[in-house]
Amino acid sequence: MDLKLLVFWVFSLVLIGAAVGVITTRNPVQAALFLVLAFFNSAIIWMLMEAEFLAITLVLVYVGAVMVLFLFVVMMLDINLLPMREGYSKHLPWGAAIVVAVVVQIVLLMRVKWAGSGIEQPAPKPADYSNTEELGLAIYTDYLFQFEVAAVILLVAIIAAIALTMRRRPDTKYQRPHEQVKVQKADRLRVVSMNSEDNQDLTGKVAKAPAADAAAGNSGVSNQGAKS
Amino acid sequence: MIPISHFLTLGAILFGLSIAGIFLNRKNIIIILMSLELMLLAVNMNFIAFSYFLGDTAGQVFVFFILTVAAAEAAIGLAILVVLFRNRGSINVDDLDQLQG
Repeated sequence: MDLKLLVFWVFSLVLIGAAVGVITTRNPVQAALFLVLAFFNSAIIWMLMEAEFLAITLVLVYVGAVMVLFLFVVMMLDINLLPMREGYSKHLPWGAAIVVAVVVQIVLLMRVKWAGSGIEQPAPKPADYSNTEELGLAIYTDYLFQFEVAAVILLVAIIAAIALTMRRRPDTKYQRPHEQVKVQKADRLRVVSMNSEDNQDLTGKVAKAPAADAAAGNSGVSNQGAKS
Repeated sequence: MIPISHFLTLGAILFGLSIAGIFLNRKNIIIILMSLELMLLAVNMNFIAFSYFLGDTAGQVFVFFILTVAAAEAAIGLAILVVLFRNRGSINVDDLDQLQG
């Protein structure tokens, strides 16, 4: 058996198993982790088809960002699992029937249309061929407008996600920088005139020194309080 | 040599499984969103297979855009989910009857 075919079979079977795990597990956290496994396996299969840039992008963007976002949300929402599962066994025959129908139809169509079409697997590209370069050339020349539209879509998504989830709680304390920079020295500092002669008189007397220190400390504290 | 029908069949099976996920887990929005991601993955698999076997880069460019849109969709969907949970205390689909539709 060809090594590539072996790799394809192994990873596609794990991929299908992970997809089954996503739709059958009880726990949303487990479902998210199964989906991560599915993304990793399909990245391997995309690499078999020499789409290296997209395979790396799938791992970086999907596993690294989107699935982490899913995990954050799943763990942040405190969901009780049991009411979610009602009707599962009721819908199981329908779901299975629809899946079998869809898959059989698509596969039949594919067998008729593509199995005997004589499309052979292309010869492997040379070692200095860069999939990223070719994709970049296509994006930045033929598909430049679509690329910019995609950027705008991402920007809209950022703004929408922030605008939807941001809220001002009334009991949270915020800084007001516009008032902080306008503060004057007189607002914060008060010069207290106090009599310093008593302090000098008491320096030689041991017995009364702590009291004097306490008085000085008190005045210092009051001075600090006036400052702050 | 791997024929093209192997990849297309794999994409079809993934697509069918994600449809089944939407059917089976119709109470749980999070699993429905994950099934949507799986469905987009199956579509991307077909795009890359045709791009590879027909020798056309346009398929990979389309996969690139689908990944972009899917990321935006996941971000906005999860933000809506968080707001929904904050307001209703539940993400059960049956509880979402405020619009009386």
